[in-house]
Amino acid sequence: MAVNYGAKRTVVGAHYGLRDWLVQRFTGGLMAVFTLIVLARVLFAQGPIGYDLWAGVFAPQWMKALTFAVIVALIWHAWVGVRDILMDYVPPMGVRLLVQVLSIIWLVGCGGWALQVLWRL
Amino acid sequence: MSETAKPRPEFRNINIFTDVRTYRLPLAGLVSILHRVSGAIMFVLLPFIIWLFDKSVSSEISFGQFTSAFSAGLWFFPGWIIKLVALALIWAYLHHLIAGVRHLYMDATHSVTKEFGRSSAVVTLVLSIGLTLILGAKLFGLY
Repeated sequence: MAVNYGAKRTVVGAHYGLRDWLVQRFTGGLMAVFTLIVLARVLFAQGPIGYDLWAGVFAPQWMKALTFAVIVALIWHAWVGVRDILMDYVPPMGVRLLVQVLSIIWLVGCGGWALQVLWRL
Repeated sequence: MSETAKPRPEFRNINIFTDVRTYRLPLAGLVSILHRVSGAIMFVLLPFIIWLFDKSVSSEISFGQFTSAFSAGLWFFPGWIIKLVALALIWAYLHHLIAGVRHLYMDATHSVTKEFGRSSAVVTLVLSIGLTLILGAKLFGLY
């Protein structure tokens, strides 16, 4: 077997552990629950479907706090998934590292934008 | 030992250029690769998703911009392309959600038989494609 430890350790590989697997499940579960909550709040709201109803879904403080947590969960979840894809399809270590860094910038930027939108509601 | 026994076929990693067209992927495998594809689609379209969220919740005026993107279009894209992209996102979200719940169920109940893999894959595909068709018909104003 090829040596893959010490100086030959793959620096952009898996973490050889349980954490990402567990994170993927709990962040995914949170987003699934969030989907049901948003759906319920839209379906059980009174009045015509329009801006007032939709903005009202995100009006309560607890909903803003929950949405904040979901945005963090989404970015983390997407990172674990994208890293899995890159580990499978982009073997050259230099290219993989570059694409992984670009993915992180992409995700953190998008997460910041989403939080900015949420923050000013 | 029987003389008619054929040598067991051996499968290595499949090659995208030579094997994909002839490779008979089981339905569970199809759900798995579509889980990846749907995730990648949402990753790439993340700014568009946040734009939709921004416009739809920020104000009455921005809500007007949100709805007009689907009729009058956005930037140089006509409205029907925006609707098609939204439909792709609807499918990606539904497939990713249902396939993800399937994963959680399998983890929690240790349902890892070949039969369950196939039957739950059928359920996943029927639900995600069915709901996509229903919501897509609404999006394109068929009912």
